[in-house]
Amino acid sequence: MLRIHCPFCGLRDEVEFRYRGDATARRPAAEANEEAFFAYVYARDNPRGWHLEWWLHTHGCRQVLKVKRHTLTHEIAWVGLPADAPPEDAP
Amino acid sequence: MSGFRLPEGGLVDREAALRFRFDGRDYTGFAGDTLASALLANGVTLFGRSFKYHRPRGVVTAGPEEPCALVELRRGARREPNTPATTVELFDGLVAESQNRWPSLRFDALSVAGLFAPLLAAGFYYKTFKWPAAWWEKVYEPLVRRAAGLGRVAEGPDPDRYEHIHAHCDLLVVGAGPAGLTAARMATMAGARVILAEQDALAGGGALLDRGAQGWAQAMAAALPHGVLRPRMTVVGAYGHGVFAAVERVADHLAEPGMAPRQRLHIIRARRAILATGAVERLIAFPGNDRPGVMLAGAALAYARRFGVAVAPQVAVFTTDDAGHHAALALAEAGLQVSAILDPRSESAGAEAARAAGLPVRMGWEVVATDGAQGLHGLRARRRGAAASDYVQAGALLVCGGFAPEMALAHQAGLETRWDEARQAFIPGAAREGVAAAGAARGLHGLVEAAADGARAAREALAVLGLPAGEEPPPPGPPQEVSATFPLHEVRARGPAFVDLQHDVTADDLRLAVREGYGHAEHAKRYTTHGMATDQGRVGGTAGAAVLAAARGITIPEVGIPRPRPFVRPAAWGALAGADVGLHFKPERLLPLHDWHQAHGAVFVRVGPWLRPLVYSPSGDTSWEPVLEEARNVRRAVGLCDVSSLGKIDVQGPDAATFLDRIYANTFSTLPVGRARYGLMLREDGILFDDGTTSRLAENHFLVTTTTQKADEVLAHMEWHLQTAWPELDVTLTDVADHWAQFAVAGPDAREVLRGIVDRSLSNGAFPFMAAGEAVIAGIPGRIFRISFSGELAYEVAVPAQHALAAWQAILAAGAPHGIRPYGLDALNVLRIEKGHVTGGEINGQTTPGDLGLGKMLKRRGDFVGRVLGQRPGLLAADRLQLVGIRPLDPAQRLRGGAHLRDVQGQGPSQGYVTAACMAAEGEGWIGLALLAGGHARHGETLLADSPVHGEAVPVVIGSPHRVDPENRRVRA
Repeated sequence: MLRIHCPFCGLRDEVEFRYRGDATARRPAAEANEEAFFAYVYARDNPRGWHLEWWLHTHGCRQVLKVKRHTLTHEIAWVGLPADAPPEDAP
Repeated sequence: MSGFRLPEGGLVDREAALRFRFDGRDYTGFAGDTLASALLANGVTLFGRSFKYHRPRGVVTAGPEEPCALVELRRGARREPNTPATTVELFDGLVAESQNRWPSLRFDALSVAGLFAPLLAAGFYYKTFKWPAAWWEKVYEPLVRRAAGLGRVAEGPDPDRYEHIHAHCDLLVVGAGPAGLTAARMATMAGARVILAEQDALAGGGALLDRGAQGWAQAMAAALPHGVLRPRMTVVGAYGHGVFAAVERVADHLAEPGMAPRQRLHIIRARRAILATGAVERLIAFPGNDRPGVMLAGAALAYARRFGVAVAPQVAVFTTDDAGHHAALALAEAGLQVSAILDPRSESAGAEAARAAGLPVRMGWEVVATDGAQGLHGLRARRRGAAASDYVQAGALLVCGGFAPEMALAHQAGLETRWDEARQAFIPGAAREGVAAAGAARGLHGLVEAAADGARAAREALAVLGLPAGEEPPPPGPPQEVSATFPLHEVRARGPAFVDLQHDVTADDLRLAVREGYGHAEHAKRYTTHGMATDQGRVGGTAGAAVLAAARGITIPEVGIPRPRPFVRPAAWGALAGADVGLHFKPERLLPLHDWHQAHGAVFVRVGPWLRPLVYSPSGDTSWEPVLEEARNVRRAVGLCDVSSLGKIDVQGPDAATFLDRIYANTFSTLPVGRARYGLMLREDGILFDDGTTSRLAENHFLVTTTTQKADEVLAHMEWHLQTAWPELDVTLTDVADHWAQFAVAGPDAREVLRGIVDRSLSNGAFPFMAAGEAVIAGIPGRIFRISFSGELAYEVAVPAQHALAAWQAILAAGAPHGIRPYGLDALNVLRIEKGHVTGGEINGQTTPGDLGLGKMLKRRGDFVGRVLGQRPGLLAADRLQLVGIRPLDPAQRLRGGAHLRDVQGQGPSQGYVTAACMAAEGEGWIGLALLAGGHARHGETLLADSPVHGEAVPVVIGSPHRVDPENRRVRA
């Protein structure tokens, strides 16, 4: 079970969160074409290794968190807010 | 040639005799016995029949790794199948039955299945019983189910209680053997919060098999602070991030739990963990190695030292490790006769010691066959490489094929494993994420070495925890000499040599798997079911890997072993469910007026988490009559409906209107203050997500309502877009679903009813259709909306939830002269089907606004979720399933929800299906809504509504879904 360090609530169990998918896929601008929206909705890298994900703290502060998680080992290297970016030197 | 109770020794209480029953016969054992030890002491050799071939099986081990001696424990609703007799603590009155035998254990009619063994070879699931296809259901499956299988599950609800505990600690130590006891002792002395989990009832592990160390284990356990040692607690899974699950068998050693829960699931969050789970002695694959009486040497030692039981008067030993010689010496000392020690090695220190004690040691020998029926009479052994064999008499053959660290948890925690050639075993590598292995679980042999390794692991953990490590506790005894294990895992000779006793997998099965292309460890496991039984193949795992390696011409580490997954031991469903059963499985949400509804005869239905009144029927009549009465009362006069379960989201902020314009497919920025508008929300892929009305209460203040079902999802959808896609918008979302009770007052008399109790004018001029605003209702400050789901003149009033009853009763009182009646979800559904409004049956995750005839609502300018992908040609095609109304040609015939629409001859494929059906409140007979391919252009056609599950096919006429007041005159009245 993942334990996610919410910047507002502290170290919390995975069951308090709702997974919201790939945080590297960002909604295209309003004027973007169908291909861009198609890629945004359907195209995923599914990496084996470090990955950025959205986790919504539904049973907590209801903040969407950006989580850097290793998809194979489940290690979590960094947790931030949507506007944040993980530090360059993180794994 | 069977077992008996030794005159002395063991940790059983010979003063406390316990009566028990196995397969209908009464026996006596002692407190401290397991079911297995007590049966062995009574001379029982036969414990069960095997899974595929119904071969007789005895007891192989003295612990939870037992593959063969599985029993059905207890009776009735407490019956538990597949329980290893080696882990069942004896209690007075215990009742157990052997498994998988018919009609009796001694005579098993299906053991002739052994004659068909070639049919049941590896991969038989996939390649036998395939032809003729029709035979599978009628012949093969019943036959296989009868023949193969283990115990019977309990019938009836589980009468026992279970609990979950969420525990936190600095250090979790799994296993209270020498390593675990030492580590826990050091950590508690240093001030750490420690949980020491031991699956056995007694602490000590391997120390319990050493007379000198038994006292050491007792003293070490007694020195721990109260509550640190948790006996009868098995850690069943490692889930990463320091989270472990453990099942504590609180009352399984009692006849009945009484006030206690039967089991407790501990969800442990540990900062550090030491896996001191010990090692499992291994079986060697040789012909006849499954005969009752063939068991592990350490098991025989455990029965003698711990339980005071001789497994047979005369034993032989087959060993590839000095541990077998040590066991033979100990058993000889206990009074057993050792007829031979067979060891494939040329010489060893252990062999010399055994020979010095006068035991008949044969070095360079191996076992090639066993002899006996339901017990062992003897065996045949040969000098390695020789053709001729000798007969050796023995009532038990004690096998030691070396030891395998018990490292399922280490695997799950992600520790690396490597092959240790000297020990012929996979052992875990360095600690990872705070989880370390110690003692025999790390491949060490000997009590003293294990204890020292526990101390090392404790020091490492304490250093990370920032706690001072004190002195090491005393060792469990003098150091012992240990040997390397000889690399012999299989003796190749004539006859089936088993590598998985529980699933009846032989070495030949594995070789067949290799020949047929399933040689990879994970493939071979699934193809042969090696290691897939309840014991996860503990005692035969390495032998299986060795057979695969030899067959593929590679080394054992190149083959590897399959990854063991949770649970490490079988866990009861009850423990996993805990108290979350029955009504607690998924908590129900009750409306503020739940008690009133119940007192007035409501029949409830679950909608999402909510219990909502389906119909008010004090007489218990659940036919259509009371439903239609409620609905007709709305059409004729006025009705009152509790819609408090609708999702309600308060949206405020300078950018609230912009936000709603983007989240909804239609426009809200143009909505005047004091007005409501029906809105459609799409998913980004263009599919309809939810609908509801949104009211503008002030310039920057909106109230969104969602469907009951999607309330949580819509809020999460909004929050996620606001926080990730448009963080620049200054908007605050607040879930106010529980704050407001909301009631629909619907029917031609609705205005008259509310006129007297609402403080504002409800005239068409002052408060027209789709008006919304604040109002005082029966003295309670609240809100009123002129919206209609029924198709009648209707208002929804909202009051703070704590005033729900006062408002509800005031409306009922004001409506009494008009004949007001409450109506439930069924009547609501009748009204909306007549009106052609859509709900979850139509907004089903596959439809677009266009499919439901709502395409014109989509705004033409500006961005919104679902705008771009919703324009894809496939979502705009004319032949999509589109919403239509249907009615039977013959009004007397009933419609069925889910019926498929086919051409009127009942030919061809399905062209769509019925999403909702009911008796009409206005007019006669049944009506329905359906999704029909190209339905918008097919009004007037006749089709067949075919419901094969009901055996009904009804000709229906397609028409508009809007049957009642399509011009919307009534709602504007």
